[in-house]
Amino acid sequence: MSGETNETPVLQPESFAFTPENLAKAKAHIAKYPPGRQASAVLPLLDLAQRQCGNWLPRAAMDVVAEMLEMAPIRVYEVATFYSMFNLRPVGRHYFQICTTTPCWLRGSDEVVAACRKKLGIEIGETTADGQFTLTEVECLGACVNAPIIQVNDDFYEDLDGPATEALIDELARGEVPPPGSVIKRQGSAPVTGPTTLHGVKLAGDPNAA
Amino acid sequence: MPKLTIDGQEIEVPPGTTVLQAAQRLGIEVPHFCFHERLAIAGNCRMCLVEQEKAPKPIASCAMPAADNMVIHTKSEKAKKARKGVMEFLLINHPLDCPICDQGGECDLQDQAMAYGFDRGRFEENKRAVKDKNFGPLVKTSMNRCIHCTRCIRFATEIAGVEELGATGRGEAMEIGTYIEKALTSELSANIIDLCPVGALTSKPYAFIARPWELRKTESVDVLDAVGSNIRVDSRGPQVLRILPRLNEAINEEWISDKTRFALDGLTRRRLDRPYLRRDGRLVEASWGETFAAIAERLQGLAGAKIAALAGDLADVEAMLALKELMASLGSANLDCRQDGAKIDPGCRAGYLFNTTIAGIEEADACLLIGTNPRWEGALVNARLRKRYLQGKFKVAAIGPRLDLTFPVVQLGLGPEILDDLAGGNHSWGEVLKTAKKPMLILGMGALARPDGAAILEAARRLAESCNMVREDWNGFNLLHTAAARVGGLEIGFVPGAGGRDCDAILAGCESGVIEAVYLLGADEIDTKRLGRAFVIYQGHHGDAGAHRADVVLPGAAYTEKDALYVNTEGRVQAVRRAVYPPGDAREDWTILRALSEVLGKKLPYDSLTQLRGHLVAAYPQFAQLDEAPRAAWGSFGTKGAIEPVPFAYPIGDFYLTDPISRASPTMAACSEVYRAAHRPAAKTGTHG
Repeated sequence: MSGETNETPVLQPESFAFTPENLAKAKAHIAKYPPGRQASAVLPLLDLAQRQCGNWLPRAAMDVVAEMLEMAPIRVYEVATFYSMFNLRPVGRHYFQICTTTPCWLRGSDEVVAACRKKLGIEIGETTADGQFTLTEVECLGACVNAPIIQVNDDFYEDLDGPATEALIDELARGEVPPPGSVIKRQGSAPVTGPTTLHGVKLAGDPNAA
Repeated sequence: MPKLTIDGQEIEVPPGTTVLQAAQRLGIEVPHFCFHERLAIAGNCRMCLVEQEKAPKPIASCAMPAADNMVIHTKSEKAKKARKGVMEFLLINHPLDCPICDQGGECDLQDQAMAYGFDRGRFEENKRAVKDKNFGPLVKTSMNRCIHCTRCIRFATEIAGVEELGATGRGEAMEIGTYIEKALTSELSANIIDLCPVGALTSKPYAFIARPWELRKTESVDVLDAVGSNIRVDSRGPQVLRILPRLNEAINEEWISDKTRFALDGLTRRRLDRPYLRRDGRLVEASWGETFAAIAERLQGLAGAKIAALAGDLADVEAMLALKELMASLGSANLDCRQDGAKIDPGCRAGYLFNTTIAGIEEADACLLIGTNPRWEGALVNARLRKRYLQGKFKVAAIGPRLDLTFPVVQLGLGPEILDDLAGGNHSWGEVLKTAKKPMLILGMGALARPDGAAILEAARRLAESCNMVREDWNGFNLLHTAAARVGGLEIGFVPGAGGRDCDAILAGCESGVIEAVYLLGADEIDTKRLGRAFVIYQGHHGDAGAHRADVVLPGAAYTEKDALYVNTEGRVQAVRRAVYPPGDAREDWTILRALSEVLGKKLPYDSLTQLRGHLVAAYPQFAQLDEAPRAAWGSFGTKGAIEPVPFAYPIGDFYLTDPISRASPTMAACSEVYRAAHRPAAKTGTHG
C-alpha cells in the first residue's frame, strides 16, 4: 500500500500493545532467528499486529514492532509499505480484494466488480459507511484456473459471476461465513464439466463423484 | 590480487575492488549515480552497466568485484546501448525542469544525459508526481526529480548515524522520505544536498539565489568550531552565497556540519561596518581617527597593569599576535584567549592538542570521552568516531551526562571523580583502556572550564600515562576545543604573562576597578556585566554582546573577508582566504591593531601581511608549515589538586547558536527552533549560546 502522505489523514490510535497470546507468538517468532538477527521476524510480527488491530496496521503498532526488534522505525515502515498485504489505513470487516488481471478479466471480473459496486454502493478503494466492506482491486491472486476470484480477508471465493458475488455479499452481511473455494462447488481446479479421466475412481468426500 | 582487462588495458587490483573502481584507476570514466566511495554499495541505478565477456548480459560495475581474467568493455556497442536504455528509463519520470532547478549546471543527471542519453524521449504517458517532503529548514525537496539512488538514505544511516530516511512503497509508488514527516536530526544532514546526484535535494536557504557559473570560488577553512573543516566559499560580488565542503581526508573527508554550511547568512546581518564611539551613554558613528584618538586619550598615562586584553573564539592568529605585542609594548601582561575559563596549561603543547589527530581515530581501539559532547563540539570528530565504530572492535565510554552520539557508549558516570579510579585500576573500564593496543581519551571543555579544571587535566594526564596512551608511535591524549581561535592563541602565548591576570582575574579586576581598560578582540562569550566601569574597546565583526557593552567599537573582518591563519584542535595551521571584502569601513583585524599602535606611539614592526607572517614564523616556527598536524613532545601539565565530584556540564547548550556569526544567522535560528525539541541540551553553561 502506498504511504499515507498522499491521502486523507488516518486517525491513528495513541498506543498499541500485543495481547498476551500474541506476545507469546511474537516471542516464538523472534526465537527462530539467531541473536542479532531478530529483525528477520519483522514480517510475522507485523502480520500478528495487523490481525490484532482488525486487519490494518496503525503506526503505533509498527513502532512497537520496531522497538521489539531493535530496528529503526523507518526500516519497519519500509517493510510495511512495500508489501500490499499490509493495510496502513482502517478497512472494513470484510476486506475484498478483487482480481482484475487478464485471466480473471477474460472470465468476467468486470461483472464481479459491477456486482460489488451495485450491491455495496461504493467504488474501488472505498469502505461502506457501516464499516463492513472495503473494495480493492488487486493484481493476480494466483488462482487463475478458478477465475474470477475475490479474496475476502484470508479466504478465496472462486468461479464467481455477478449473481454469485451478490449472494456472497448477502451471506457475509448476514454474518455467515460461506465455505471458501469454488462457489460452483467444483473440486479444486478440476474441469467444470466434471472429471475427464479416472471416471471409475470414487473419491471420498468428492461432491462430483456421487 | 585479481588481474583483469578493461578496454584492452590490464590492471591488477587488491581483492574486493569493484570493476568500477578498477576502471577509475585506469582513468576510464564509468557513469554512475548511486555509487559513492564512502557509502555502502547499492547497485540500483544501473547506470554503470558495462559489458563483460562471457557474461550473458551487461553487469553493474559498481557492485561487481573484480575477478581474475575478467575482460571488460566499457565503450562497446553493448555497453553504450545498455547505458542509453538505463538513461531513458531514468528520465521517464524525471521532470524536464532544468531551467528552474537549482541543481542545474552542477547536476550529474544533466551532465550524463548530455553525454550518454538519447536526444528525445519516447515515453508518452504521464510522468508520476510525488509529494514534496519537509526535511526541516535546510534541505529543500523536489521529489519528482528523485531517481531513487538512495545515497541520502545510506548517508543518514551510515555516516550521520540517524536511521530516519527510507524508501517507502514499491515500484512506481516508491518514495524517499521519513514516512512520518520530520526534520532530520543530524548535525550533518545537509551533506545529502551534495550527495544527491539530481535536484531532488537542494539547499533551502540558497534556493533560486545563483547559478554555479556565476560564483567565485575561494578555498578556505571553517572557523565556527575548532575542527577546521576545509570549505569552499562561493561568492558573487560583495556577498558570500554558499559554503561547500572541500575534500580533506585528514579532517572532514568530504562532509561539513550544518552550521559550517549555513551560518553564512549571519555574515550579512548585525555587522559592524563602521567605527563607533560611546558619547553620553550611546554608541554613535565615528571615524577611524576619532576612535583611535579616543582610545589614545583614555590609555594615556595608564599603567600597563591596569590594561587587559581578551581574545574571542573567532580571532585569527595574526590579530592575536599583533594585540599581544601591542599589550606588551603597553606594559600589560593581562591577556587571555580562554574566554570560558578553561584551565588549559599553555606550557606543554601535547597538553592542549588533539594529539591522536582526527584521522588517527581510525587506528584507535578504545576511547574515553571526558566531559565532551563531540557531536556538538566537533561534529566531524564525532563522524570519525562513528566511522571507527562501524569498522568494529572499538569500545567507547563516556564520563558526563548521557548523550546520543550515534554509536553505543558505555556510561561510566557523571563527574570527574571516576578518573582516579580508572587510573588507579579500581574501575573495570580501566582494564579496557590498559589492554587496548591504541587507547585514546578526549577531554572536552566541559571538563576543563570549571574551578577544578587544572586538577582534572592533571588526572587525565596521569590516566593517559598509566594506560600507556602516550608512546613513541601513538599519542592517545586529546583535547577537543570548541573555539577556532583557541589553539592559535595558545601557540603564540596569548595567555597571562608573568604576574598577569587570566580571564577570570581580568573580569574580577574590572569589577573591582583595578583594571581600567579592556581590549576585546571579538570576545563575546564573557559575562559583559562583569566588565564593571572599565573602558571597553571592542574589535570584531558582529554587534554581539561585546559590542553592546563597548565604549569604542572597531569594525573588523569576518573569516570570509580576510587572509589569516587559524590552528585547529589538532594543532594544524590552516589558512583562511578572503572571498569578499569586509563591509563598509571594516578592515582586516591585524591592520586595525597596526594602525592603532601607531596612534598610541607604539608602532608595531610590520606593514604588510607578509612581514607579519615572517615575524610570526620567526617567533613561532611551527607556523611555517601549513596543513600539517604536529607531533608535540609529551611533558608535565595540569596541577595536582582536589577534584570536586560535581557532574560535568557540556559547554555547548545549542549547537546552532555558538558564536556571533551563527547567532546572527536566521537559518541557524530556524534550526535552533526546530531542533530544540529534538535534542534538548543536557546542561548549559554560560560560555556558549
